[in-house]
Amino acid sequence: MTGRMVNISKKWGFHGIEALKNASPLYKITMGFFALLALAGAAVGVHGMIVGYHHVYGVSRQISWGLLISTYIFCVVTSTGLCIISSIGHVFGGEAFMPIAKRAVFMSIVFMFGGFCIIFFDIENPFRMAIWNVFSPNFVSNMWWMGTLYGMYLVFMMIEYYFLLEQNHTLSRLMGFFGLVVGIAAHSNLGAVFGMLHGRPFWYGPYLPIYFIFSAAMSGGCAILFFTTLGWKINPDIMNQRMERAIKAVTQVTIFLISVIIFFTIWKIITGMVSEGKHLVIMSFLTGEYATNFWLFEIFLGMVLPLLLLIRSRGNNFNLIMFATGLMMVGIFFMRYDIVIPGQIESVYHSLGVVEEAELLTYTPSFHEIMASLFGIAFVCLAYFSGEKILNGHQLEKHEIVPEGGYICLGCGGIHFMEEGETEEDAMKRHHKIW
Amino acid sequence: MKFPKIHFDDMKNEGTGSVTAHERRKFLKLGLAVAGVYAGGKILSLTSIVGTAHASSGISIVKKYPYNPHYSMVIRQSLCIDCEKCVDACNEINNVPEYGYRTRILTKKYTGSLDKQVEFIPVLCNHCNNAPCVRACPTKATYKDPVTGIVRMESKKCIGCKTCMLACPYDARYFSAERRAIDKCDFCWDERLSKGDTQTGCSAACPTGARTFGNLTDPDNIVYKLIHQLEEQIWVIRPADDTKPNVFYMKGNMRSVDNILNEQKFKYFDPNKS
Repeated sequence: MTGRMVNISKKWGFHGIEALKNASPLYKITMGFFALLALAGAAVGVHGMIVGYHHVYGVSRQISWGLLISTYIFCVVTSTGLCIISSIGHVFGGEAFMPIAKRAVFMSIVFMFGGFCIIFFDIENPFRMAIWNVFSPNFVSNMWWMGTLYGMYLVFMMIEYYFLLEQNHTLSRLMGFFGLVVGIAAHSNLGAVFGMLHGRPFWYGPYLPIYFIFSAAMSGGCAILFFTTLGWKINPDIMNQRMERAIKAVTQVTIFLISVIIFFTIWKIITGMVSEGKHLVIMSFLTGEYATNFWLFEIFLGMVLPLLLLIRSRGNNFNLIMFATGLMMVGIFFMRYDIVIPGQIESVYHSLGVVEEAELLTYTPSFHEIMASLFGIAFVCLAYFSGEKILNGHQLEKHEIVPEGGYICLGCGGIHFMEEGETEEDAMKRHHKIW
Repeated sequence: MKFPKIHFDDMKNEGTGSVTAHERRKFLKLGLAVAGVYAGGKILSLTSIVGTAHASSGISIVKKYPYNPHYSMVIRQSLCIDCEKCVDACNEINNVPEYGYRTRILTKKYTGSLDKQVEFIPVLCNHCNNAPCVRACPTKATYKDPVTGIVRMESKKCIGCKTCMLACPYDARYFSAERRAIDKCDFCWDERLSKGDTQTGCSAACPTGARTFGNLTDPDNIVYKLIHQLEEQIWVIRPADDTKPNVFYMKGNMRSVDNILNEQKFKYFDPNKS
């Protein structure tokens, strides 16, 4: 076992706080900005909690889920997506996808925590949740399953990440598989939280759980591309042949998934046009209040432009990929907003033809809601930037950090450790056995 | 494949004697639904109006009463004058904060009708037998009372996720900062019924009798009598959601209703009598 007794920081590629101290001033300023933003967001959120959310939030009795829920969904969708796309590599053995795994799993955990930060300021009694979720579970409630499964998902992902760092591929693969299964169950349950509200025709049906999964995969591809290419800007050293191949592969998958979501969106609009319950909402997308959100952000920035740019980039123009996926992240944010808010703008009494509910309802996010959402987003950004430095760009193969007794696996690009008297081949077999 | 030939011309007329009350009622409802379509000014969209709103089966929904006492409210819509005494009584009895309400009165306006131009529709929690809010709640903070069928809240379990507010197709719920939980109509269970009262605050305050409250399993009760008659159409709001509500609506100004309530017999026109 002597070969395995190496310094943890070296073994994990862990650069420590030193790396942050050595960062450039601009990098420090960026991190400081996000740290301040997160603090400010948390402070404003706590203020809202103290004075009572109904005084400071823009949500109302009829539109009771606002910006916070849509940002939460943005975060957890991206988290699930990162898990799905990265699992192609390190769970299902798609070799081209392997180099992205560490960064993807790390960001998946970070996005999940970001989502929890945001939902903390939306749930009115978050502390009761921990108690009554356990002692009074309602097994037919999607909300219960969503919360419970996401909790399990986070645990699996964290264990998986630990084993990824430990280079224990057997267990990381197993945990990754469980994480994927639980994550997909959790995420489709999130879709079903909306899809099973049969009083809300815009949401009701199997469409949303299915859409959420594909949409998550698209967001995941987009997020990996964005964060990897941004990581390349921060530290050009992370790019190597294997990583270039990985980016090309993820770009191809993302292009495919954008096309799938375009297809989904087209049919959502067309079927909604002929449905009495959805018609008003669909028209508000096409020509009404949500036209800018829909056409400019969701369609143009979220799908069409990234699709064209990603095709044009051919998977090897990293600047273009970063630009396209950056825009796409903004577009996807609006995509989530366009699911949550418009589902509520038609009052339940609208179809009764009464004077009070003749108009569509309106919602504008308040300052407190925006800041509480930024708390989560800033947390994600801060964790990303610190992660890039502290974890040394999530690198898998870089000769400087290969510690004594370790070698770079030709199969996965990870660092393996030989036991005493073991050949490289035996070590590789040991690391990559499935059961 | 061959179809058997049916000679319609040779068939014997069954007469109306074999038509059951249920069949007749269904037919009557259809007729009234079409009339309702006219009143709503939507004569060109027959199918959609039947699908979306008002006309629905009262009797088939309440064929068997799962609770005893099965509390229910029948709202005689034509009697409502929008005085809002019910809303005030509710707010006072249940300490409803200013920003919330448990019940309210909606206004529906008509143009082109000869008898009246406006109608008031009181709405509240429908205490559905198949309540979407109860299914949606992650912690069973809202539940169907196993005895009375009232949809109640156990405030200490409410985590404030607001899923029930969106699940409810009747907009009957709001978050009460004072209770730190969702608040909703409980047919005044906490404040009146559990203390021996037989009327809710709103039905006691109603000066015209538009809101009638009672036990649907008791044949002497007014709601039993109003539901178990065939002459006047009864409906529920948003029947397509299939929530099986316990708040029923009727116009309620027909003589037949007075006949029932005053225990008089119907006087039918008998065509066989010369």
